[in-house]
Amino acid sequence: MDIAVIDYKGGNVQSVLFALERLGVQATLTSDPEHIRRADKVLFPGEGEAASAMRELRAQGLDQLLPTLTQPFLGICLGMQLLGQHSEEGDTELLGILPFAVKRFAPDPEHKVPHMGWNTLQQLRTPLFEGLREEDYVYFVHSYYAPVGEYTIAQGAYPAPFSAAVQHQNFYAVQFHTEKSGPVGTRILQNFLSL
Amino acid sequence: MLTKRIIPCLDVKDGRTVKGVRFEGLRDAGDPVALAAQYARQGADELVFLDITATNQKRQTLVALVRDVARELDIPFTVGGGIGAVADVEALLLNGADKVSLNSAALHTPELIDELARRFGSQCIVVAVDARHTPETGWQVYTRAGTQATGRDAVAWCREAAERGAGELLLTSMSHDGTKDGFALDVTGAVCQAVTVPVIASGGAGRMEHFTDVFQQAKADAGLAASIFHFGEIGILDLKQHLRQAGVPVRI
Repeated sequence: MDIAVIDYKGGNVQSVLFALERLGVQATLTSDPEHIRRADKVLFPGEGEAASAMRELRAQGLDQLLPTLTQPFLGICLGMQLLGQHSEEGDTELLGILPFAVKRFAPDPEHKVPHMGWNTLQQLRTPLFEGLREEDYVYFVHSYYAPVGEYTIAQGAYPAPFSAAVQHQNFYAVQFHTEKSGPVGTRILQNFLSL
Repeated sequence: MLTKRIIPCLDVKDGRTVKGVRFEGLRDAGDPVALAAQYARQGADELVFLDITATNQKRQTLVALVRDVARELDIPFTVGGGIGAVADVEALLLNGADKVSLNSAALHTPELIDELARRFGSQCIVVAVDARHTPETGWQVYTRAGTQATGRDAVAWCREAAERGAGELLLTSMSHDGTKDGFALDVTGAVCQAVTVPVIASGGAGRMEHFTDVFQQAKADAGLAASIFHFGEIGILDLKQHLRQAGVPVRI
């Protein structure tokens, strides 16, 4: 199986490669459009800031390529947010694959920003969450979020519900870090590889 | 619901864990990778590695350690200890560290926080603050492994670090560290009120109730300890069960 992890200087990609390696899967870190197009599976990790990530994607022509992909695709963290239409972070136009607009959490004394740590998942849908239970814990680190919509396939709450995972056709994406979420995260990655 | 985090801290020197960690069934207590994996299995929410290497090879050994840990560990970890240069931070993040913690370098050059947060995102920049209390000065920030007073007020420095872009603060009370008499609830509470980023409380944990207090009274987001976990005085699962019974949300 040819697995492409998209390289766009998007932060902690090494952890995603290691997580795949622990599953016995050798993935390739690449920004080559041809390689990405013919891969069996595509992972799109990301950390950092939306505007600079979009600049990098545009510089490599990946903003044109990604919406046309047809194989199973998994965005992680910022890699999920970038699939939306627009982000409040740097007033940024995104890839436009999913219909959501990304907003910033408003901190209050009980809810620090970033939303950082282990939180639970609710209302799980799709085979991505096969074998998981409602209220399973995963690890989040983010200051921006996608609201809940018909594309939401898992919800988190902080304190209001937000999209912990989204899906549109072959495009799956999670706000949390599958590669850092212990056995629960490993199972989600495994499920993705089986799609 | 977002849970309160329990974070064991491991001191490393020349790529090995130090401070006599005693773990049943662990053949090499100096192996940071085996130790980290053991803590992850026991339910630790995150780990912190504090590097106390003081040689020219520091950077290479630390990057190698981070890579080895990241290859095995499926929970997040932070690396700290004498880190200052942007290139060092980049190397540690690229090799799999989730967060990097700054201490003396941030005090010396506060603009470094802004630069690192801009470049890598606030989520991976932790500022560690060592504070000590005296009746004359109140809570003051110390530098150089807690040996040198800076004359800066601890709460004010924490606020500045957060405003400059730190995504998290690691607040250690030097007055409580090693006492096992409990966390510094007053200064931890004051910092938690002063900033909108998560705060890790450190220094003074000796009993399970100390964690309940720091979460419920001081509103800390995470509790960090070293020896009580390393010597098996408190098991992480036992601690989490205790916390859950006391009404503190934890991941079990």
